[in-house]
Amino acid sequence: MTAADTTTGNAGLAIEQALIFEQNTDSATGVDLAPVPHTRRKLGALERKAPIGLPGMAEPEVVRHYTRLSQKNYSIDTGFYPLGSCTMKHNPRLNEKMARLPGFAEIHPFQPVATVQGALEVTDQLAKWLTALTGMAGVAMSPAAGAHGELCGLLCIRSAHEAKGQGHRRIVLVPESAHGTNPATATLAGYQVESIPATASGHVDFAALKARLRNDVAAVMITNPNTCGLFETECIEIAAAVHAAGAYFYMDGANFNALVGRVRIADLGVDAMHINLHKTFSQPHGGGGPGAGPTVLSAALADFAPVPFVVANAGAYGVAEHVGRDAGKAAFGRMKGFQGQFGVYVRSLSYILALGIDGLRQASGDAVLNANYLRAKLSAELTPAFPGLCMHEVVFDDTWLKGTGVATLDIAKALIDEGFHPMTMYFPLVVHGALLMEPTETESKATLDQFAAALLALARRAKRGDQAEWFKAAPRLAPRRRLDETKAARKPVLRWRPVESHAGGNGGTARQAAE
Amino acid sequence: MSQLRFTKDHEWIRVDGGVAVVGITDYAQSQLGDIVFVEVPAKGKALKAGGEAAVVESVKAASEVYAPITGEVVEGNVALPDAPETVNQDAQGAGWFFKMTLGSPSELDGLMDQAAYDKYLAELKA
Amino acid sequence: MRYLPLSDANRRDMLAAVGVKSIDDLFADIPAAARAAARFELPNTQGELEVERHMSKLAAKNLPMSDAPSFLGCGNYRHHSPASLDYLIQRGEFLTAYTPYQPEIAQGTLQAIYEFQTQVTLITGMEVANASMYDGATACAEAAAMACRVTKRAKVLLSGGLHPHYRDVTSTSLRFLDIQCDALAPDPLGIEDLIGRVGQDLACVIVQTPGFFGHLNDFTALAAACHAAGALLIVAVPEPVSLGLVKPPGEMGADIVIGDGQSLATPSSFGGPGVGLFATREKFLRQMPGRLAGETTDEDGRRGWVLTLSTREQHIRREKATSNICTNSGLIALAFSIHLTLLGEKGFRHLAELNHATAVSLAEKLEGIKGVKVLPGAFFNEFAVTLPKPAAAAVDELARRCILGGVPASRFYPSYPELANVLIVAATEMNTESDIAAFAGALKEIVS
Repeated sequence: MTAADTTTGNAGLAIEQALIFEQNTDSATGVDLAPVPHTRRKLGALERKAPIGLPGMAEPEVVRHYTRLSQKNYSIDTGFYPLGSCTMKHNPRLNEKMARLPGFAEIHPFQPVATVQGALEVTDQLAKWLTALTGMAGVAMSPAAGAHGELCGLLCIRSAHEAKGQGHRRIVLVPESAHGTNPATATLAGYQVESIPATASGHVDFAALKARLRNDVAAVMITNPNTCGLFETECIEIAAAVHAAGAYFYMDGANFNALVGRVRIADLGVDAMHINLHKTFSQPHGGGGPGAGPTVLSAALADFAPVPFVVANAGAYGVAEHVGRDAGKAAFGRMKGFQGQFGVYVRSLSYILALGIDGLRQASGDAVLNANYLRAKLSAELTPAFPGLCMHEVVFDDTWLKGTGVATLDIAKALIDEGFHPMTMYFPLVVHGALLMEPTETESKATLDQFAAALLALARRAKRGDQAEWFKAAPRLAPRRRLDETKAARKPVLRWRPVESHAGGNGGTARQAAE
Repeated sequence: MSQLRFTKDHEWIRVDGGVAVVGITDYAQSQLGDIVFVEVPAKGKALKAGGEAAVVESVKAASEVYAPITGEVVEGNVALPDAPETVNQDAQGAGWFFKMTLGSPSELDGLMDQAAYDKYLAELKA
Repeated sequence: MRYLPLSDANRRDMLAAVGVKSIDDLFADIPAAARAAARFELPNTQGELEVERHMSKLAAKNLPMSDAPSFLGCGNYRHHSPASLDYLIQRGEFLTAYTPYQPEIAQGTLQAIYEFQTQVTLITGMEVANASMYDGATACAEAAAMACRVTKRAKVLLSGGLHPHYRDVTSTSLRFLDIQCDALAPDPLGIEDLIGRVGQDLACVIVQTPGFFGHLNDFTALAAACHAAGALLIVAVPEPVSLGLVKPPGEMGADIVIGDGQSLATPSSFGGPGVGLFATREKFLRQMPGRLAGETTDEDGRRGWVLTLSTREQHIRREKATSNICTNSGLIALAFSIHLTLLGEKGFRHLAELNHATAVSLAEKLEGIKGVKVLPGAFFNEFAVTLPKPAAAAVDELARRCILGGVPASRFYPSYPELANVLIVAATEMNTESDIAAFAGALKEIVS
């Protein structure tokens, strides 16, 4: 019995919370608005008449509802979040404060450009940092997230091929260890995906790649450091081979946090790379977004960047919004409404200015040190998937769990009870039962020691050999125990619906539905 | 009723009175885990040996079911979309996916029999 | 450096535990030549105060809508944001959580997504909604691609009343998928014939309500024509506040409704981030892009939520996924949901009434200016006027007088000289009577 043995189902500070629809009090509102002045109506015959069905709640109830919901979440503010390839680092509140300055928050995307010179300057300053840190010729700022940036890079590549009469190239080579967005993006760019195997050492199989580099290949997409937490040591040779074959080299920048201030990706021969501002440059993840994925481009690709982009004229900034007019004819089109993810730019620029180049370099150094320190400590019981040092994240396989009856998933769920967010599990796919951990630079040694001690204790417990049942029952102490995903998928319930009832008002039926 | 034949993609096929019944093997369902969604082809759909014929999904995996031979769909198992768990419970019986004509019966000779499939599975598990 | 907890002593101990001498040694796998080439002429670390000064100086170079009467719309609207909204979304447990991949410790985010999905279906009149897209324009492109998957057709028709950014993002993405995308010319009078263009080869028609020039249209007959031809009707709603007063697309027979939740969720912020809304019919669920939260139970039988139907998504389906979207706009979706919860049925309808009334009184004032004509037709909180001179010049002059007086149509349609004098203006509950008087007064002087 792990659910609280209380009348309410609550357990002290852990309070059950009904849906807003079940708390509905008709006619209640949390916003008092001025009376509507009497005017003509210009709605034609299109007035909405039937009830919409939105629940009504007074302000205190709304504040309590969302406060209680928030308390059911794990977050970087409350604990260690070693999700591999996610770069869950501290989110300074300075960035939030800056994004809320009226001069940034209260400006409209279609004001006259003379009234938004500061906003264009923010975008330009961030763009200059990103090109300087990567050594690249240009940057397309507008992509909204990593996957969107990947698409931006591939569309630049496709446009460049078409401009050279190389439109027949329709194959994109992607290592099998890649994140799922890479093949999905290649499809959206109109390309076919072919998989490149990994070597036993966790790197791209260069020989296999080279053998496949024929004249139908448009691009190679490689994550570097890769999802095994390893730097692709043959990166420069790969780039040369890709270029010699007439293709372009896309580098997935999801793991750029390991490289900032240490190497310029232009020096690795890269043609395009997106940068996840919501990973490397501290835009908060917000339970799923928003992010931004500016895509840096080599000189060969920069002209194909989509609109809009900031143009620095003498003494004033402008914005190019139309292909073939204020933007060149080569620009491949538009990917995002308005002026890009400006609020994210403000946060990331604040973060970058706070750290500076010395701080950024120290940050990537500490990120890699923290990962290697975890690797060293955890190797006492866990089995690293690859020998040698790692970059900013470390992956273990499940060899150490063999014969225990305990799986990677069970370890993750047991960590929840210990107060830690689990690592990324079963990814990359090339590592059996993978446990991928990325501590980031914003964790102290004391936190890493606590986490390592907890995980090592769990490992020793698992290795006793008779603990499978105990692990399968984890977590016991979280707001919920393991949830039935099969049930959720077999008969999807994706929205609340009122329960039919003969008696009582809306509120009455709704409360019934809660039980 | 003829004997079962198998593909390397873990489909089974059984010829029954001039019509072939197709499903996924018990091994395939065990690898997928709890099956949550099945899409079966409609009657009349033309199938090519090795071509995509149906879809099967668990919570964490999605997979195509390929036609073992060439032919035309005679009937999809309409009970499956509402009860995908049938595939877990009885993959090689009530969990059949579709029935099809034998466009080119000699294609059956290229498929594995039970002994060959068992050997193939043993190699996979090794 | 305040964001980095490791001390030099920590670093020494940790390097010893790893078995290397220096942090630089950890980077030995990066080719030495590339490391040596990495020279950066960039400034060093700064204190919080210095960063604030730098950023504040840049912010001060802008003219914010909070400092000027502003009548700007075109897909991005300024509404009042209740104080509790910003407080709630800044709670660290929402702000600094990742995507809810571990449902046992992400029930807050998951329940909020489930509530958001339900709210979106209610206001649009649709059956299912996803957890959000990047913005309205990208949601529009996703909807068009989905319609092509559903109908197995490769031709799309875009109304001239569709936001030009929605149009451009959609046509850009479809071009690379070899889908024909026919975009009709801008339609300032709302009179284009779409029904006559619906053919058997069309995957979908994409329209917008209120239209880009402000028009309200009933798309019921268009929906019927689309369905008769086996095509889908996609309706874009860039101003969701309109749904508090105007017949929703779901009641008109729309198959997919997309929109942007910015107006209720977040300040304009120069247009980003917003939040893409995406709703459709249950029968198309398997072809829908984006994340979904669904209800289930835990081992103790308690109700809870998980991300579900993820076999549609890139992390499982890879090159066969319905979309490549991963990160979406979760926090802005939460803000949208919180604002709708605060408003409730009563407040949402009231807010919409206020917007309409304010816009009607603005239209009456502008109509009183000699040479200014409000274009005919029903509207919600935005409409177009023609001026006796180019609208861009008028807007620039208004800005010099510290009034943000609408958006010239030429900003979007530079190659349509017939639209040079068209100005698109929006009014919300933020506009006072004196704002309207100041705008009308200044415009009168400028055009006379």
